[in-house]
Amino acid sequence: MMNAPLAPAVKISGLEKSYGAYKVLHSISFSANQGEVVSILGASGSGKSTLLRCINMLEVPDAGEISIHGESYRLTQRSGFAPRVADPKQLLRLRSQATMVFQSFNLWSHLTILENLIEAPVHVQKRKRAECVAEAEALLERVGIADKRDFYPAHLSGGQQQRAAIARALAMRPKIMLFDEPTSALDPELVAEVLKVMRDLAAEGRTMLVVTHEMGFARDVSNRVLFLHKGLIEEDGHPEQVFSNPKSERFRQFISKHNA
Amino acid sequence: MIDLPFIYDAFVQLCSGIPLTLQLVAVSVASGAVLAIALAAMRLSSWPPLDLLARIYIFIFRGTPLLVQLYLIYYGLSQFPELRKTFLWPFLREAYWCAALALALNTAAYSAEIIRGGVLSVPAGQIEAARAYGMGGFTLIRRIIAPQALRQMLPGYSNEVILMVKSTALASTITMMEVTGLAAKLISATYRPVEIFIAAGAIYLLLNFIVSRLFKLFEYRLSAAQRQPLYRRAAGENA
Repeated sequence: MMNAPLAPAVKISGLEKSYGAYKVLHSISFSANQGEVVSILGASGSGKSTLLRCINMLEVPDAGEISIHGESYRLTQRSGFAPRVADPKQLLRLRSQATMVFQSFNLWSHLTILENLIEAPVHVQKRKRAECVAEAEALLERVGIADKRDFYPAHLSGGQQQRAAIARALAMRPKIMLFDEPTSALDPELVAEVLKVMRDLAAEGRTMLVVTHEMGFARDVSNRVLFLHKGLIEEDGHPEQVFSNPKSERFRQFISKHNA
Repeated sequence: MIDLPFIYDAFVQLCSGIPLTLQLVAVSVASGAVLAIALAAMRLSSWPPLDLLARIYIFIFRGTPLLVQLYLIYYGLSQFPELRKTFLWPFLREAYWCAALALALNTAAYSAEIIRGGVLSVPAGQIEAARAYGMGGFTLIRRIIAPQALRQMLPGYSNEVILMVKSTALASTITMMEVTGLAAKLISATYRPVEIFIAAGAIYLLLNFIVSRLFKLFEYRLSAAQRQPLYRRAAGENA
């Protein structure tokens, strides 16, 4: 990247995570610069979602360091126990800088779409309500569901819900956006509308980490592809390079299976 | 022969017991709810001893008859001379407070499980999203969990309050002159139990009709998220 700032947007070193005896991530290290759109690919069980969830501490890693724009999560560990987040205030701050879009949208069902968008800005970031509403309305306009502002999530299609969820993530004014298989729960005809919104975000230079099965998105939109296999990064590079000339045999099999 | 004017007469007389019945309901439901929230929090806590304590409490108060609990409190507590010296005695020697206490302790056990069920019904993904957006602790409970849990538990809780209205009748066995107590007194004066119990039953029916209507209204107001928006239905559009 040109003009890459001194501190990368996300820096991960020596990340390890196990569930019981099963080791999901084996010492993962990589960093993503500001403005990079990184697609994280891998078969299910490869650890890609766990990796993403470690970045905002929905999963607390067993070992390793994660920093967001140069600020590392502070963790503490009593001997014999799993590590825990040491500083709740810092956690809150870093979480609002790296917001997540979930596979199953997870909009708050008792709030209208507009209320979903302003909920965290008003009650977590303590910003002024009027300002948040104005910003939320502009975001809904951007993702094309301005007319749904007073509807409840249950009254929207999956694609509309996911676009609302992306707007909710944007309403936090994040520095990084994390997408956890954002189109996997959608009917095929609804995938395109969500991908279009994501494409627009990428085009405007946002830092995005996207766990996805959409080979088209990985190839055409992202400017970097990571391929995970059994908790290790097996492939890392520009999509053109990795898709046309994969180093890893696993990745070769993976893309042929996905017709990419 | 059913004597309608007599039933009406009894109905009017028994109405003077309604304030006491309602008072017992209000005091015990309100204090029982506070205790129930604490018990539900204990049941949901990740610290096993707290959970166990709440389980034992609920097991005992759900597993024994309210009448037995009422008698044990009213007749049993005075057996402890130590208790007679504490500040609690002026309350506990009153039948009114014994009845309120028994009703409150009993409803707390049932309500705790209703609350727990409501909290567990909030989808895990929505709680996770709230955490991912920086919410935690009290903000998470107040903004995300409580509103949805409340909506879920209302039908079950309205049931519990209706049961409480009827349970106050047991207070008559420890000298309380609420609706049933008055009915018993009237029967011993007139020897006409059928008409008088019909009148008493009608009063409970009326009270519970009002209670269930209030809960229905409350439920309706809280379920906007489940309803179809009116103007869309009118436009014939599908959701």
